Amino acid sequence: MNDEMAIETHELTRRYGDTLAVSHLNLRVPRRQVTAFLGRNGAGKSTTIKMLLGITSITSGGGSVLGRAIQDPAQNCQLRRDVAYVAEDKRLYSYMTVEQIIRFTRSLYQDWQPAAEARLLKQFRLPPRQKIKSLSKGMRTKLALLLAFSRRPELLILDEPSEGLDPVSIEELLQEIVGAVANGVTVFFSSHQIAEVERIADRVCILDQGALLVDACLDDIRREYRRITLSFYAPPPKVNPSLPGIKQVRISGRQMTLLATENANAVAELALDLHPASIEVTPVGLREVFLETVREN
Amino acid sequence: MILKLNPSAGHPVYSQIVQQVKHAIETGVLRDGDLLPGVRTLAQELVVSPNTVVKAYSKLEHAGLLEIRQGSGAYIVAKRRVRSRAEQTRAAQARVQILVRGLLAEGFSDEEIHRMFAAELFYDVSCEKRP
Repeated sequence: MNDEMAIETHELTRRYGDTLAVSHLNLRVPRRQVTAFLGRNGAGKSTTIKMLLGITSITSGGGSVLGRAIQDPAQNCQLRRDVAYVAEDKRLYSYMTVEQIIRFTRSLYQDWQPAAEARLLKQFRLPPRQKIKSLSKGMRTKLALLLAFSRRPELLILDEPSEGLDPVSIEELLQEIVGAVANGVTVFFSSHQIAEVERIADRVCILDQGALLVDACLDDIRREYRRITLSFYAPPPKVNPSLPGIKQVRISGRQMTLLATENANAVAELALDLHPASIEVTPVGLREVFLETVREN
Repeated sequence: MILKLNPSAGHPVYSQIVQQVKHAIETGVLRDGDLLPGVRTLAQELVVSPNTVVKAYSKLEHAGLLEIRQGSGAYIVAKRRVRSRAEQTRAAQARVQILVRGLLAEGFSDEEIHRMFAAELFYDVSCEKRP
């Protein structure tokens, strides 16, 4: 068990009939960082989160959240006191009013922060006396976020927190997330909004068909990942794609592009020996990394 | 001071902060004794992970450009050495300005000029490493 990790799984697997929803997942989420969880619809993100919180049963493997074993029901119950979770469907008691559910939730947690509650109620412009069932989807999401951010949990797990929010609220949400991390909270969130992930995340995990394809520090992607485009006067020569640092080679007409995940300078140096007419090295954004890894898979 | 960050650029965000603070010191926008915002405040203002700000501040502290006083804040340290560097930077910037204006006058686009600079810097780095 590693104290530096808020979440750690070992070969975590969930099978639904013949379908492997999550397959031998070894996930590590460091404490006091922002870790983003990316993947296409149905990649297994929500299933993973639900296994961490004991909502969905585990087929095989296991893991720990905040040092407690997730497969042990008693420990899982304990760990949930230190975790705030905003579910994908943002389901709340629909017969309650906004103010009733806040009062109800406040009574359940000792770590409740009345100042945060008041601030978010104002920022999100939530109508206190309105019934939850008559709230729009975006408003319900804001209410679910208010209930999570008004606590001071050790770990915040947010499943697509920005879905359905207006741009102003998204900005406020991102500020809340970085503010929470500044207070020592660990944040693990799933999202389809690559631009927002790129702004606030320290690490990204990309899941596809239940398997982890990328687990990297965003700064390493910024520093190391490069697209090298070579143009030739004649059809490009053959290149051995198994060269270290080259993830992918594509040829289109007289151009060749290489995706380097490390040592881009060394790779480009080798490329110079092919005597290209021009060589261009450009950084690779997270969007491109995501599309390339998920499409290749 | 106003920081402009590009999370998609090929540089870690902490080093973008470091570079911009250095530049601000070199051009005199930030002076000796100026106070930078706290980690939490700057992280929320820039909407970046606080770990990024912590890393940037620690690099600046390491470079002797920032003094972090516990519970008080982060203060800019700009000694004379930096001031003469500031003059050099201004002179270099003037030369770059003439060059860029010349290229623009010849009809090159911003994008093309960007690429030329990037390629030149890149070749320079990779040539240096050649035996």
